[in-house]
Amino acid sequence: MSTVDERTNIEDTEFGKKAAGPVGWLDDRLGLAGASKRSHLLRKVFPEHWSFMLGEIALWSFVVLLLTGTFLTFWFQPSMAETTYNGSYTPLNGLEMSHAYASTLDISFDVRGGLLIRQIHHWAAALFVAAMIVHMLRVMFTGAYRKPREINWLIGISLMVLGLVEGFAGYSLPDDLLSGTGLRFVDGLLRSIPIVGSYLEYFIFGGEFPGDVIIPRLYMVHILLIPALLLALIGAHMILLVYHKHTQWGGPGRTEKNVVGYPMLPVYAAKAGGFFFVVFGFTALMGAVLQINPIWAYGPYNPSEVTAGSQPDWYMGFVEGAVRIMPNWESTFFNYTWSWNVFFPAAVLPGLFLGVGAAWPFIEQWITGDKREHHLLERPRNAPFRTAFIVAAMTAYGVLWIGGGNDIIATKFHLSLNAITWFCRIGLFVLPVVTFMITKRICIGLQRADANRILHGYETGVIERSPDGGFTERHAPLPVGSQYSLTNHDRLPVLEAPPETDHNGVAAPHSRMAKLRAKAREIYYDGSVDKPTVEDVHHAEEHLRDHDGHPVELGDEFQGVSESGVPRVH
Amino acid sequence: MRKLSTRRRHPLAGIVVLLLALGVVGGVYSAVRFQPASAAETASQNDVDAGRKLFLVGCASCHGKNASGIETKRGGNYGPSLIGVGAAAVDFQVGTGRMPMAQSAPQAPAKDPEYTAEETKQLAAYIATLGAGPAIPDDEYTDISGKTIEQIREGGEFFRTNCTACHNSVGAGGALPGGKYAPRLDGVSAKHIAEAMMTGPQQMPVFSDDVITPEDKSNIIAYIKQVQNQPNYGGMAGGGLGPVSEGLFTWLIGIGGLLIAAIWIGAHGARVKKK
Repeated sequence: MSTVDERTNIEDTEFGKKAAGPVGWLDDRLGLAGASKRSHLLRKVFPEHWSFMLGEIALWSFVVLLLTGTFLTFWFQPSMAETTYNGSYTPLNGLEMSHAYASTLDISFDVRGGLLIRQIHHWAAALFVAAMIVHMLRVMFTGAYRKPREINWLIGISLMVLGLVEGFAGYSLPDDLLSGTGLRFVDGLLRSIPIVGSYLEYFIFGGEFPGDVIIPRLYMVHILLIPALLLALIGAHMILLVYHKHTQWGGPGRTEKNVVGYPMLPVYAAKAGGFFFVVFGFTALMGAVLQINPIWAYGPYNPSEVTAGSQPDWYMGFVEGAVRIMPNWESTFFNYTWSWNVFFPAAVLPGLFLGVGAAWPFIEQWITGDKREHHLLERPRNAPFRTAFIVAAMTAYGVLWIGGGNDIIATKFHLSLNAITWFCRIGLFVLPVVTFMITKRICIGLQRADANRILHGYETGVIERSPDGGFTERHAPLPVGSQYSLTNHDRLPVLEAPPETDHNGVAAPHSRMAKLRAKAREIYYDGSVDKPTVEDVHHAEEHLRDHDGHPVELGDEFQGVSESGVPRVH
Repeated sequence: MRKLSTRRRHPLAGIVVLLLALGVVGGVYSAVRFQPASAAETASQNDVDAGRKLFLVGCASCHGKNASGIETKRGGNYGPSLIGVGAAAVDFQVGTGRMPMAQSAPQAPAKDPEYTAEETKQLAAYIATLGAGPAIPDDEYTDISGKTIEQIREGGEFFRTNCTACHNSVGAGGALPGGKYAPRLDGVSAKHIAEAMMTGPQQMPVFSDDVITPEDKSNIIAYIKQVQNQPNYGGMAGGGLGPVSEGLFTWLIGIGGLLIAAIWIGAHGARVKKK
């Protein structure tokens, strides 16, 4: 931002002169001008990158959820008392159903704009969780959770869990056949928990399933308890973001101590505000043209009925898939039935995903022994183990997704349901290993390619023919800025075996732990390619300058490709 | 009583008891026995003869020359016996193109019919002569023109209780084990739906007229037609497949589109006034 000397101060503009009175009046009473100056919030600098806006999608869809959700509460009746439907949707006319279902039908067919708002709400909910996951993947892939951001990472995990529960509660409220089937699923999940399961079920459902209190209870959870928690945690998430400052990609002029970017006002206020309208527009467009959750097609909930293609919303799809592919293991002892067939996939596995996710920053810190603060992001290729680990987890998640939609895949692609189930059973264990190895190889290959570009320069597209007929391509050194961007990450640590004995010659304390850690560190860094040393680069420069004894100056008339690979003239 | 007990050793007593027993069994059978509807009875002998010729050419290789099925060595069959399946089964299987099958498969898929309506009628007439079975349904099963709101609602209740578990709530179909499936119901004629309920083709159970009366069957058909002919309230419906297609839209259109928007915003830095 070098050319700011031409600007006009706002108080000298036409608008500024008019607004001075009211703004002054407000400032005299609230003192916001001083407070914002002291907190530097308005001039807070944020770095620029598209991937830093993924969390914003989640934030803005949450705002859309609050707005549309408020509209829906005006008409929704969270009651399981029976009524007779007399609304506009004739195929269900005269049917006995709960007030919850009848009022959702009313919102869909008899409230002006009701169906549109309901659909926007549902699409925004699906997007909210999806955006959280994409944001989380960005943070994971770039190592943005490293010190000092571990707590913010945990807040993020909590937001994700709350988002899942919130979404599920909303899915259950209309009391249609699909949501009732989903509740039945959760009922089974609760019961599968050893010993306390049936007590938990009675506690939550106020008696045996379905009872008549679960919808009022879920309604309170859905519109009050969890939104309040989400709001508070989002606030904490944002405050910590401002306090820590945003992470940035490494490059010329960017260090661990600064943030290079644009200020909050006016640039990011405009960008983020604009993005809100883009997100709102997207959800509105989807709500307007794409049907979601046609509750009238499912009919009212009746425990004796079910429909083919009963699935949870996508974010619970991995749990559904795990249950579908789990072998039917059950055992009986101490007079209890232990339903491993439900308990493992529906309770243990999601716990494992979230638990490992939450613990990952600490596990990684323990392995690497890296206790420093990090504000520069790590390129995924420069942490091959981590990148491969995430891809493996994504693969397992994807296999569970396939399991969750196995019936739809079977009918749409004319496959055998059993074959898909077996593919998932085996794939859940095999495919993550395969994708781990492939991803790690790709990362290492990319690291080598980077080292190659630093040491041998980029390909210019200039082909030389030697006197004996051989062809070679002329390389030119990368610009210094690009070289810096490629090499500003840390060198690999030197791996040392932990000492067997301490300085007194006795077996070192904690030596077993230290050995384990040394082993883990070895695995973590295995195969990583270190960046070239300064000597390597100097040597390479001489080599480039004196290529085959024919130094070539790339002048202005040079017609080859630029360092980005794009021909200079095209 | 004394009269009866003194004559129970009479030489003719056994014969009398036997005759009585036969009379009761025969009477009950004729009362309970399925009554073929009028359509099959009115088929002419010409139709039956033509149907038999068609059968010998197109069907006998699997179902046997006498339509009694051909067993395999393992005890399965190439084609099941068709004795007693009735005209309705033929009209459904041949009329929807399921028979003749193009190849061996877990289940015969519907395709364009190989036989004309006339030929299908002749085949049905021939099979109906082999043994009593459900006839091609009358209007009482398939006439849904004057259905009231109450009848459609009633049909919906029957549909959700008996059909949606396999066929999906809007009749989009569903998966069954081993490559088998419950087919989609859109575009299936009222007559074929009724025949399917009566005869239970492929994996489907039979819903006889004792289980679901003809009127209830027509109510179910009316509900299916109502649900499939009404507009897609709320926009494009993703094939009635429920949350799986919704999840696909969320990721492809929602996240995909917003990622493009984010990249676009990220690629445009703040404008600095140039001199």
